[in-house]
Amino acid sequence: MSIFVDKDTRLLVQGITGRDGSFHTTQMVKYGTNVVAGVTPGRGGLKVEGVPVFNSVAESVKKTDANTSVIFVPAKFAPDAIYESADAGIKLIICISEGIPAIEMVKVVAYVKDKGCRLIGPNSPGVVSAGEAKVGILPGHIFKKGSVGVVSRSGTLTYEIVDHITKSGLGQSTCLGIGGDPVIGTKFIECLELFAKDKDTEAVVLVGEIGGRDEQDTAVYVKQHFRKSVFGFIAGKTAPPGKRMGHAGAIIAGTAGTAAEKIKAFEENGIKVGETPADVARLVKEHLG
Amino acid sequence: MKVHEYQAKEIFKKYGIMTPKEKMCRTVEEVAAAAQEIGIPCVIKAQVMVGGRGKAGGIKLAKDEKEVKQHAENILGMEIKGIPVKKVLVSEAVDIGSEAYLGIVVDRTEKKTVIMACKEGGVEIEEIARQKPEAIYKVYADSLMGLMPHKAREVGLFLYQDPKVAFECASITSKLYRLFIDLDSSLAEINPLVVDKSGRLIALDAKINFDDNGLFRHPDVESMRDRESEDENELTAREQDLSYVRLTGSIGCVVNGAGLAMATMDLVKHFGGEPANFLDIGGSSSPEKVMNALRILLKDKNVRVIFFNIFGGITRCDDVAMGILEAKKTLNITQPIVTRLTGTNEDKAMEILKEAGLIFAKTMDEGAQKAIALLK
Repeated sequence: MSIFVDKDTRLLVQGITGRDGSFHTTQMVKYGTNVVAGVTPGRGGLKVEGVPVFNSVAESVKKTDANTSVIFVPAKFAPDAIYESADAGIKLIICISEGIPAIEMVKVVAYVKDKGCRLIGPNSPGVVSAGEAKVGILPGHIFKKGSVGVVSRSGTLTYEIVDHITKSGLGQSTCLGIGGDPVIGTKFIECLELFAKDKDTEAVVLVGEIGGRDEQDTAVYVKQHFRKSVFGFIAGKTAPPGKRMGHAGAIIAGTAGTAAEKIKAFEENGIKVGETPADVARLVKEHLG
Repeated sequence: MKVHEYQAKEIFKKYGIMTPKEKMCRTVEEVAAAAQEIGIPCVIKAQVMVGGRGKAGGIKLAKDEKEVKQHAENILGMEIKGIPVKKVLVSEAVDIGSEAYLGIVVDRTEKKTVIMACKEGGVEIEEIARQKPEAIYKVYADSLMGLMPHKAREVGLFLYQDPKVAFECASITSKLYRLFIDLDSSLAEINPLVVDKSGRLIALDAKINFDDNGLFRHPDVESMRDRESEDENELTAREQDLSYVRLTGSIGCVVNGAGLAMATMDLVKHFGGEPANFLDIGGSSSPEKVMNALRILLKDKNVRVIFFNIFGGITRCDDVAMGILEAKKTLNITQPIVTRLTGTNEDKAMEILKEAGLIFAKTMDEGAQKAIALLK
């Protein structure tokens, strides 16, 4: 078992004919993901890596029964791509695109909620359920099937930590990046709710960073409701206040959203925090053996 | 992106929010002339994009011509939190009746736009949020419908008892919301919003921050950027699609991905070093991007060691290696380079770099430690 994506995922790639879309379609197919359709308006009838391309999401859903969508279109067009999937009845939308204005995301989040679908991202590296499906841009070779769940606000830092976990001899159930933007579809707590019910997940690693208070809220949730072991890492201990550190959401506003504050919240609520990425993997290994 | 008070007030005026009579000046002579035009007494306000201008002596009331000159000279020469004051705003001295706070931000937790109002103005809102959060009244705009008039009235009626003033405040709230949405702001703030002795509502101060992700659709906002007040390297980096933030240490870091870039800085510090910068070369990084990154890094004279930490996913290690090799040939790099390249095409990268005279590390821990050891 796993969360969000698995062997039953029937994936649709929006923006499949673009540079990133086509490259990652190849990678996802190689990993064994069931990619059933692609959409690029105006390019219907083509094939990418053997995957049929359609002009609209509605048409692709009708012809292929796609149930999950991954979005690779430029930020300018990404909100409409999300709306199109939501309108076509797709229940899980994973948005890789980076650079969508926050005000646009406020509308998008409200809209998809009304339609009853789940959005992961934007600015997410995607979701991997080890050995089952890879959706997005995470490099497949670092994963191994196992019992550790990983939820992160970043991309490459997640790979670093996953790599350490794999090299320590453990493996992952599902690993996902929820996105580095201030307004995102799915937050840590919603992932934990699903990990709680997933039989194959024994422990979860939360990879947070400066900005906002999602980690603080999550820490309280873990203490009150979550019965599996949780480990944490927070990036940005040396980040100066008021400066955006790459991710649109990674900014200390005044004195709020610092790494110290988040580490304290984690530790006070029973989440063991690794000092370095290697350290987190070591803590998980010591715990699970 | 931030703009100055005088620029934010120009936007306020366009949206029909009343501001004091005022003029931006760069010299003492300009200030003297503006004061004549606006009328004395007047207020002279330093235009720097940091908080605490008043406490630093950057805002002064001038009661006569002599004081106008005196304050202008003082303020135009001073530094506030390390930033030299190059412009001042000469502003009408408003007869203040009462002061309030009105601001709009995107609430990340609720994923909604929130209007915040507080009966105490002139104080930093964060300070109030820490000490007595109950004093801040919050009204959320509907994400799909926008801010409905009755919601704006709710804000006005919270702040003011006199219905006439309350409805005027509601109108200002609606205008502030409209500009917030129209311009992709991340913060729009009137602090203080004052009622003067004749009952008029005036935005005495103005602050607008813009969402960098929205700038592509607002060239008019982008053109307001004060290039003088930004770090030159950070500006260059942005134009080349790199994320760079200058710090004060001596280990220059080049990393792919923002989270890993922060973790790399933290790791350098963890092992006893000081990072010189945050630098994210992004996902699909070409050799040119690596070259550009190194050019920016080399402009920082504090950099004594360069540490590459690359975890290849979409980023191909051989691309990065080609960039390093080319930079070694064409740029005058005297600092030692420690490289940790792992992931996609790492073997090819090692092949490219084996003769390049670099120091290699297998893990980021090893890389950080080697970089620090080189300083000794």
